[in-house]
Amino acid sequence: MTVSTDALETLLERASAGVAFDGLHVTETDGEYTLETPANEWTGLDEADCRRALESIEEYVTNWRYWQETVDGEGTARRAFLRWCERAPLADAADADATTGPWSDGDAPEPLAVPERYRALRDGIDREWGQLSITARFVDVDDPDGERVYDLWHVDDAGSDITDLEVYDDPREARELATYDEDGRYRPLKTAPTLPGGWAFTGLSGADLVETVEFFYPATVANWHRELRGNLDIDHWLETAERQTGIYDVIDELPREAVEWMAEACCVDSQCLRRREWQYEEGDDLDADGGDGPFPCREPCSLVIAAARKWAILESEEERTYELELTTSELNQLEDLIDAVADGRTDEIREADVNDGANRYRARYLRSKRFDDEGNLEATQVDD
Amino acid sequence: MQALVIAAHGSHLNPDASDPTYAHADTIRETGAFDEVREAFWKEEPHFREVIRTLESDEVFVVPLFISEGYFTEQVIPRELRLDDWDPEQWDSDGTSASQATLEAEDVGKTIHYCGPVGTHDAMTDVIVQRAETATGDPDVGEGVALSVVGHGTDRNENSAKAIEYHSDRIAERDRFDEVKALFMDEEPEVDDVTEYFESEDIVVVPLFIADGYHTQEDIPEDMGLTEDYRLGWDVPSEVDGYQIWYTGAVGTEDLMADVLLERAADAGADIGDAREAVRELAASVAESGAESGPEPNAGAGAGD
Ligand code: SF4
Repeated sequence: MTVSTDALETLLERASAGVAFDGLHVTETDGEYTLETPANEWTGLDEADCRRALESIEEYVTNWRYWQETVDGEGTARRAFLRWCERAPLADAADADATTGPWSDGDAPEPLAVPERYRALRDGIDREWGQLSITARFVDVDDPDGERVYDLWHVDDAGSDITDLEVYDDPREARELATYDEDGRYRPLKTAPTLPGGWAFTGLSGADLVETVEFFYPATVANWHRELRGNLDIDHWLETAERQTGIYDVIDELPREAVEWMAEACCVDSQCLRRREWQYEEGDDLDADGGDGPFPCREPCSLVIAAARKWAILESEEERTYELELTTSELNQLEDLIDAVADGRTDEIREADVNDGANRYRARYLRSKRFDDEGNLEATQVDD
Repeated sequence: MQALVIAAHGSHLNPDASDPTYAHADTIRETGAFDEVREAFWKEEPHFREVIRTLESDEVFVVPLFISEGYFTEQVIPRELRLDDWDPEQWDSDGTSASQATLEAEDVGKTIHYCGPVGTHDAMTDVIVQRAETATGDPDVGEGVALSVVGHGTDRNENSAKAIEYHSDRIAERDRFDEVKALFMDEEPEVDDVTEYFESEDIVVVPLFIADGYHTQEDIPEDMGLTEDYRLGWDVPSEVDGYQIWYTGAVGTEDLMADVLLERAADAGADIGDAREAVRELAASVAESGAESGPEPNAGAGAGD
C-alpha cells in the first residue's frame, strides 16, 4: 500500500468521528459520507464513492496524514513551529492580536492553503529564524506523498552550493556549531548574532528540525509559541534582580539609570537577536530600545545578571574629580578607543591607518607618552 | 510521556564545562528510556528558568549534575524552575541522603520530580571505583593500592565535604583498596600532602568534581606536585616523593555517570526499562578498551581550559 492509500484508509476509519483539518471536512453517518474542501463539496456518498472522491483530492488526504499522524502533538510549540515553517495557518494564532512579535505585523507572509502549499513545497518553502534559514520541502518532489523534510543552514549560506558546506544530519551536532564564533571564540550567549556559517543540516524530520533549532537557539520555539498565544510571561528587571541570592544578591541595588545603560550595552540588535520585552518593572519601561530581534526575551539572561553584578559593585563607588594633561586630539583619541572596543572594531583597524584614534600604534604611543612607569595614567585626584 | 532534565552549572567563560552534561545526556538519549532528554544550565542555555517549557512531557525528572547538596540544589535550581512549594525539608536529608520531591512547576503546570544531586547517590561510589579502573587501566585495581577521593572543601558549602567522606567511607568498607582517604583542596587533610597519608606506593587520586576545569586541571595537579606548571601536563602515573600518583581528572566525565543520573530518576519513579544495563555495558566496554590501550588518555591533558 502506498502512503497515500494508507492515509486514505486511516482517514476513512476516522470519518465516523468526523475529520476537520486544513480545509478538509469528512463526516460519516450510517454509512453515508460527506466530504468538503474549500473548492468542492460532496454529499450522500457511499464508501466507494467517498474513496473515489478522496482520491481526487489526494493533497488534502496526505496533508491530513502528515499533520495528524506524523507530526501530531496538537497544541505543542513543535507543531506550531513546523506549521509556521511551511506557512500553514497557525491554529494557535487565531487571535491576530495575540502576538507582539515581528511576525504579527502586516509584513508577515500570508498563510497558504493546502493546494498553494503543495505547489510551494515542491520547490521548498524558506523561512528565517534568527540567523537560521529553514527550508520545508517534500521528500519526494515528483510524487509527493505528503511527507516533509527540512533543511537548515546559516542565512549567509543561503546562496552557497551545498557541496561547499559541511553536511550534518544529527541535531546534536548543532551544539558544537553554536559553541564558537567565526574566530573560534566561545559564544556564551546563544542568541548573539555571531553564529558562524559553513554547515548545513539536510533531510531532517520535523522532530529533528525542532531539536536542531533548539540546540542553536534554546527555548526560542517555546517562547515564540507562548508569545503567539499571548501568554508569554515576562519577568522584569526588579523582580528578577530581587529573586537573586548568593553573590548575585547585590544586583537589585543597581541604580535604575545603570539598568538603562546595561540594556543599551547588552540587549541591542547588534549584540543579541532577542527582543528585550522586560522592563525596569511592570509599568515602568526602560527608555533603551528593546531591539527588533525575532525572539522575545522574557527576563534578563544569565550573562546580563553576571554583568549586572559587576556593575552593581562598580556603581557603588563614589565619583571623583581627576586632573590629567591631554591634548584635545588625545581626548578625542580616548573616545575613539572606547568606541572601537565597544563596537568590536579593533580587529578591523588597519596597522597603518594612523588616522584612526584606535589604531594600535596610536594607542601604544599614547600609552608611552601618558603612562607612568607603573603603567598608570598620570592623573591626580583633585577632590578629597 | 516522561522527560529527563539534567541540571548543570555551565560556564560563561569555559566551553568545556558543559561537555560532561552533553555526553551523559547523549548516552541516555541513546537508551531511549525517556521521550525527551534536555540539558539545562545556570550559566548557559537553555537556562533552568526556561527549560521545562521546552518539554512536551507531563512527567519531568530533574537531576542536578552537582556533587553535593547545598546552595545550588536547595535554593537556586528549585527557585529557577519555579517549584514554588519546594522546601529543602522535603528531601529530609542529612547532607548526603536527598532522594526526591514531587512538585509542580508554576509556569507550566507539569509534574516535576526533583531529585537529589548525582554526587551523593550511592551509585556514585561505583563511578569513583570505575574511575580508578580506567585511570590505571586495571579492572582489578585495588590490592597494594591506595585511593584518595578529593573534594573542594568546606569553604563554600558544608555538605561538600560530607559527600567526599561519604563515598570514601563506602569504598573503604569494601576492602578493595589497601587504604582510602578523603582529601581536600581548602581544608585539612589537604591534597597537597597526599603522600603523607598513605603507605602504599601507588595512589589513585580521584577528584569528585563534575567537569574538568581550573581546579582539576590546574590547581590540584600543581598542588600535588605532579607538575611544576599545569600547562606542561603530567604523566599518569607521576612520581612524587617515591610514590606513583595516578591522577584521574574529574570523576564527572566518567561514562558511568549516566548510570547515576538514570538511578536518580528511577528512584523518583521514572520508568527506565533496561537503560541502566545498556549504560553499564557501554561504560564497561569503554573502560575495557581504555585498559587495552594502556594508561589513561588524561595524561598531559593539563591545559584543560
Ligand atoms: S537579557 Fe538582553 S542580552 Fe540577554 S538574552 Fe535578553 S535581550 Fe539578549
